[in-house]
Amino acid sequence: MQPIFIVGSGLAGYTLLREIRKRDAAMPVTLVTADDGTFYSKPNLSNALAAGRDAAALAGAPAEKMAADLKATLLTRTTVTAIDPATHRIRTAGAEYGYGRLVLALGADPFPHRLEGDAADTVLTVNDLAGYARFREAIAGKRHAVVLGGGLIGCEFANDLAAAGMDVTVVHLGDWPLERLLPVEAGQRLAGHLSALGVRWHFGRTAKRVDTAGNGLRVTLDDGSAIDADVVLSAIGLAPRTQLAQAAGIPVGRGIRTDRFLQTGAADVYAMGDCAEVDGQVLPYVQPLMVQARALAATLAGTPTEAVYPPMPVMVKTPAHPVAVLPPATGVGGGWKVDATAEGVNALHLDADGRLQGFALTGAETGKRNTLVKGIGAKP
Amino acid sequence: MKTWQCIVCGYVYDEAAGDPEHGIAPGTRWEDVPDAWACPECGVAKMDFEMVEVVAA
Repeated sequence: MQPIFIVGSGLAGYTLLREIRKRDAAMPVTLVTADDGTFYSKPNLSNALAAGRDAAALAGAPAEKMAADLKATLLTRTTVTAIDPATHRIRTAGAEYGYGRLVLALGADPFPHRLEGDAADTVLTVNDLAGYARFREAIAGKRHAVVLGGGLIGCEFANDLAAAGMDVTVVHLGDWPLERLLPVEAGQRLAGHLSALGVRWHFGRTAKRVDTAGNGLRVTLDDGSAIDADVVLSAIGLAPRTQLAQAAGIPVGRGIRTDRFLQTGAADVYAMGDCAEVDGQVLPYVQPLMVQARALAATLAGTPTEAVYPPMPVMVKTPAHPVAVLPPATGVGGGWKVDATAEGVNALHLDADGRLQGFALTGAETGKRNTLVKGIGAKP
Repeated sequence: MKTWQCIVCGYVYDEAAGDPEHGIAPGTRWEDVPDAWACPECGVAKMDFEMVEVVAA
């Protein structure tokens, strides 16, 4: 039988490989990765600076150890250039391989910033461990960082940079940070705590240009105002990597489309993690990919299993004022019931019948998340 | 020996390896890790870990 091929060595690919080995020690698995295959955790790239951790400190086991521990063949520094679902073959720059089943765990790319200006190409993004190493090099000895985007990653970087002693300015299109996840009271509370750490905010604005100015950079916003900076970091969102699947005729939407079995539109081709749109949802967080990996490993071992998610709160790693949010499912009516205390904001999303459908907790209130998760669907 | 994985950052706690840097000796079973221990990668509490069992190599 042809081996299972996993494409991608991020948390999705390696977590799947672990889950496969938990069930089956012998099933041949080949993992193909464009990078060097070192295990690392992408979520930690946005809270490592203040903790004094460089790229080497974030690096886990190297590829050879992962391959030995998980009994897999690893093809590192190898980019898959094409998939032929009809013949069950993938192509790389120098070779072609036949697969039994293929799992796309490709991850996501930073959303293109489309900035103008002579220094637009100096704008940093941190999307993998190598990108984090470049970021650390670029900010060494620098004073003022402008962060584009006040979503989850932007807020985490703003907190981390400020806690590490840099001046930080965030440019954010929304009227408060994480406005698509948080009610205004919770977002403003987070913004306030980051402000107390020295972060300055430009809400309702986008950056248009980044130009060289003296020894530094000048960021020009859509209202014509300008911010002088030493480095600019873009954290405006992620785009699932769909190109490889699309070129192979596999249906894609925002991500590579799959059903709840992680099965794409092509036979024996699966997708999971940040690249996948599972039953209409792109969930670029750790817990969903763990649920997906467990279900897919069972499916690959011969027991078709759907990914069934428990309520999965998202943690925003902003030590200045942590946030835990469980967004209500799409289409749930009702609204937020907000309780603000000195320690934090406790916002419950109640549907029309008064049942708990989601929550947003900040500061000390985040400690209540596990209790609240148990009360989802009930009247608080 | 089992391994456990953090649902926030994906950090893997391997009972065989422990977390000696933070006072958890190699071979410490998950149930014996103190509740006050937090993920050495992202800082979340022990209650936010989820168990992943891996067949011993």
